[in-house]
Amino acid sequence: MGSSWDWEVFLRDPGGADPTYWQWMLSCWGWTVSVSLLALVLALVVGTLVGILRTLPDKPWAVRLGTFWVEGFRNIPLLVQIFIWYHVIPALVPAMKSLSSFVLVVLALGFFTSARIAEQVRSGIQTLPRGQRYAGMAMGFTTFQYYRYVLLPMAFRIIIPPLTSEAMNIFKNSSVAFAVSVTELTWFAIQVGEETSRPIEIYMGVTALYVISAFAINRIMAFIEKRTRIPGLVAASGGGH
Amino acid sequence: MLHLDFSFYKWDVISNFILKGIGFSITLTFVSTVGGVIFGTLLALMRLSGNKLLIAPATFYVNGMRSVPLVMVILWFFLLVPFLIGRPIGAEVSAYVTFIAFEAAYFSEIMRAGIQSISRGQVNAGMAVGMTYGQNMRLVVLPQAFRNMLPVLLTQTIVLFQDTSLVYAIGAYDMLKGFETAGKNYGRPIEAYLLAAVVYFVICFALAYSVKRLHKKIAIIR
Repeated sequence: MGSSWDWEVFLRDPGGADPTYWQWMLSCWGWTVSVSLLALVLALVVGTLVGILRTLPDKPWAVRLGTFWVEGFRNIPLLVQIFIWYHVIPALVPAMKSLSSFVLVVLALGFFTSARIAEQVRSGIQTLPRGQRYAGMAMGFTTFQYYRYVLLPMAFRIIIPPLTSEAMNIFKNSSVAFAVSVTELTWFAIQVGEETSRPIEIYMGVTALYVISAFAINRIMAFIEKRTRIPGLVAASGGGH
Repeated sequence: MLHLDFSFYKWDVISNFILKGIGFSITLTFVSTVGGVIFGTLLALMRLSGNKLLIAPATFYVNGMRSVPLVMVILWFFLLVPFLIGRPIGAEVSAYVTFIAFEAAYFSEIMRAGIQSISRGQVNAGMAVGMTYGQNMRLVVLPQAFRNMLPVLLTQTIVLFQDTSLVYAIGAYDMLKGFETAGKNYGRPIEAYLLAAVVYFVICFALAYSVKRLHKKIAIIR
């Protein structure tokens, strides 16, 4: 195996828009990063809203809606959800026919992950002592205000370790986009591995980029965790991985 | 407006296309859970052994597997296993090998947490009655760790069942592929994907509900 490496495959010309395979690979990395970051933003926004819904007092229908959302998105495999977004929804909703597979994958991955983030936001809010909520009410805050100023800032800082895992998962899960031909890293590995007949070298390059991405997110999240640590909590000693 | 038509899902379509796929998805889930727990426990024991020569490779393996997308791991094994053993193997066999190897990394973290949750006194008691390290692990620590972690292990198994759909990347014939093939053959892909989603949902939701029940039951006994 060792005698037959051919790393120069990365210097060859694929005959497309990019002059060499390594430059093409980097542009595919760009698609992986774009899909992941956009989906992460969507997942954080929707996940937070749904998580809040599930903790609202005296709003059984909001809670049920939140539960429905979480169970639905969590119990169907991501690949199936991507196919639903790609094949089914544009057929049912004509307005979505013009959307590119990139947008559809961002929606699929974002909503899929929002269910998981919603669970974490919910548990983060529910871990807080009830006194925090009551203190907010006693101050005369409206529900919106005590969530905004009291509960959410605390809850978010508590759930940073699981959010780190989620951010890393989103990067890994973006690989499923290959199935609807988004030109991200895994698509590149399959396509170019075949095209060049040097799959081992190509897979190694792609795998290295995934590992670098995972490590980078881990470091960024560790930095955020350190900067937002709540003084005086046991959790201040850190956690997660 | 679109007309959904599920009428082509007659018994022979289900038995010809879908049951075969469901069978594979379930067998793959079962085999890789069992294999993953066995190898995962070994990895966890290596990481807790205190011996650097065992800790380093196990940690490298677990962290390496966990930082790469499963689809890439599936592609790697599909490429490398035939290369290493010198003859082609089918997508199905390759899927078994991949999932056992991949899930071992995830199960090992669960088992490690489980072992670490057993109180020191249990280990000391075992040592006091003259048990060797192996006996202590096999008879005292692991059964308790396994039992404490059962709900988490089962939850991971549900995730594993969903992840088996990713064998799509190497063209293995699993449940999703079964629905897809039936849909293509009868020109009804939309219904096929919808039905696949419903079936996955029903299976996973039912399993998750049972795990929740089990969790409550175990929590009361302890």
